[in-house]
Amino acid sequence: MIPLIVSQAEFSTNFYLILSTILFSIGAIGVLTRKNMIVLLMCIELMLNAVNLLLVSFSTANGTGDAQIFVFFIVVVAAAEATVGLSILLMAYRNRRTINADLFKNLNS
Amino acid sequence: MTYEILTYILGGLTIGTALMVILSKHPLRSVLYLVVTFFLISGHFLLMNAQFIAIVNVIVYAGAIMVLFLFVLMLLNLDKDNEPKTPWLTKFIAVISGGALFTVIIAATSESFMHLSQKAVEKTGDAIVKVSDQEGLVENLGHLLFTEYIVPFEVSSILFLASMVGAVLLAKREKQTIVEL
Repeated sequence: MIPLIVSQAEFSTNFYLILSTILFSIGAIGVLTRKNMIVLLMCIELMLNAVNLLLVSFSTANGTGDAQIFVFFIVVVAAAEATVGLSILLMAYRNRRTINADLFKNLNS
Repeated sequence: MTYEILTYILGGLTIGTALMVILSKHPLRSVLYLVVTFFLISGHFLLMNAQFIAIVNVIVYAGAIMVLFLFVLMLLNLDKDNEPKTPWLTKFIAVISGGALFTVIIAATSESFMHLSQKAVEKTGDAIVKVSDQEGLVENLGHLLFTEYIVPFEVSSILFLASMVGAVLLAKREKQTIVEL
């Protein structure tokens, strides 16, 4: 049996609330500042993982596994989203020869 | 005590690598820093008794998704002028709005800080709490996944099928492009 590292009674989510909010804000700043579309997708992954961190900390604080199932489904959806997003990115690069997000102002031309 | 020190060290490292993701100029370095960030977040999951989620995070995120990003990055053959410099005004505004987002979320959840810590103190005397300490192990999570959450689990397979078809359809070269090249 794997030993438990922290018992549920003495666990506090305050630290993880702050940490995951910081990570989410870093991801949002990255989405706003960067122009490279791959880096934009990566910043979205970072924000998703910040939410995962908070969900797992709530799960540990409450002692139920439901939030961890939610995290599992978030990972599943993130994998599907990354494949479709990257293939759209590849197609856009094939048409325009760039992945600068500012140059995709009108997508239909 | 050692647990808290370990948590703080891991948290600081996580914030540092996450900052390096958005600060590093080359996208390749961003990907590698993001892999390190995901490993550190998996360390957090391990510290919170969520062993299954930690392993899934390493395998799926750091192992599959990030390698996919790396492959696409290598395929694109980027040169220098693909990412022009962001004007400092944009950076300034972005940092201001990110800080505002942080402040708003912390302010909105600050009521729960007190509440959660009180709840933790109250639960110490509770006898029922002991049962649910091992919820993060594969056995318990698998039981939950295949009984209560079986419908979303099956639906997610349909989602994967749809995304696979979409990815193949989108990434397939059209016939005209082949003739062109």
